[in-house]
Amino acid sequence: MIGGYLPGRSLLHRLPAGAKLIGLALLSVLLVPLDNPFVLALALAGVVLVYAGLGRAGVARLFQWRALLPVLVVIGALQLWATTPTVAAASLLRILLMVLLADLVTLSTRLQDMMDALMVALRPFERFGLDARRLSLAVALVLRFVPVLIASWHGRAEAWRARSPRRPGLALVGAFFTGALKGADQVAEALDARGFSARQRED
Amino acid sequence: MDTRMLVRIALMAALIGALGLVPPFFLPVLPGVPITTQNLGVMLAGLVLGARGGAAASGLFVLVVLLGAPLLTGGRGGLGLLAGPTVGFFLGFIPGAFVTGWLAERLRLPAFAGALVAAFAGGVLVLYACGIPALAGIAGLSLRQAALGSAVFLPGDVLKSVAAALLATTVLRPWRVPHRP
Repeated sequence: MIGGYLPGRSLLHRLPAGAKLIGLALLSVLLVPLDNPFVLALALAGVVLVYAGLGRAGVARLFQWRALLPVLVVIGALQLWATTPTVAAASLLRILLMVLLADLVTLSTRLQDMMDALMVALRPFERFGLDARRLSLAVALVLRFVPVLIASWHGRAEAWRARSPRRPGLALVGAFFTGALKGADQVAEALDARGFSARQRED
Repeated sequence: MDTRMLVRIALMAALIGALGLVPPFFLPVLPGVPITTQNLGVMLAGLVLGARGGAAASGLFVLVVLLGAPLLTGGRGGLGLLAGPTVGFFLGFIPGAFVTGWLAERLRLPAFAGALVAAFAGGVLVLYACGIPALAGIAGLSLRQAALGSAVFLPGDVLKSVAAALLATTVLRPWRVPHRP
């Protein structure tokens, strides 16, 4: 469930994460002055071809962005009302193009590789008190806690349904939050018991 | 920052993410209007962890999503969000949680009223103040139009502020960061 990464062996997958991130930054700067909808549509077609080149999974990935459609429809409608169709088309195309380009980096880079690239970028900030090791622990904890929280909610809802004909609702909220925060404090104790904070002070 | 605070920050960040994946628990959803419950998580992060802790939790959530975890409402994630029209609302989670926490630590009001004002100011007003200009800029709309388009979320956001304040002053109260004088 977690991880926007699509496994693959494409050229994009083999490029180092840092190079992809820098390339993306350059491309998005280049895209800003473009306002010809035909050029933008051509560029979009090119990006869609890259997705198609990734096979079935790549095409499925394109459709994942339909979540953006309602927002785009509203923007398009408001812009048609306020400006010309050309301007409306150009800005919708630009948004779509930038989003899909950036997602190409995300889908071709493992979360861990992205994290490593970030650590390299953050290294100069370590002298200002940023602790890269704690940051990566925090990221790992978030990724682990999300499915744990969802499972905890579903567990409580099932226990409720086993005992009551009514639907579970507000009654579960209290126990859910108390359980989650108690669990977090236990994780902290377990980390401390394994010398996590002690090692901090030695570094 | 001790380990316990670090883990609680990670937990609140994960809660914001979990709220994006699960359909709303208890909020009435208007038909046809996609309602995100994630700013409820942002308000709770500020109310429970205080200004700095809340901002850290929101920042951690933003970082994890940008790294590629599809935890933003609708299963979105990755760098594409930075180019999308809702980027202001997304990045506004950080100052939103900060302001919620900052106000909650300082407001001289009865507990529930203070939490409600703090949650609404941070989780709604600050979020809109970040989100609307970004939406206007990226989508080429006027500020008025962008504000108009965002106004449909206001009733839900008021409900979420009430829910956050209720939770923070009841079940979550033992975990709240002690108020500074």
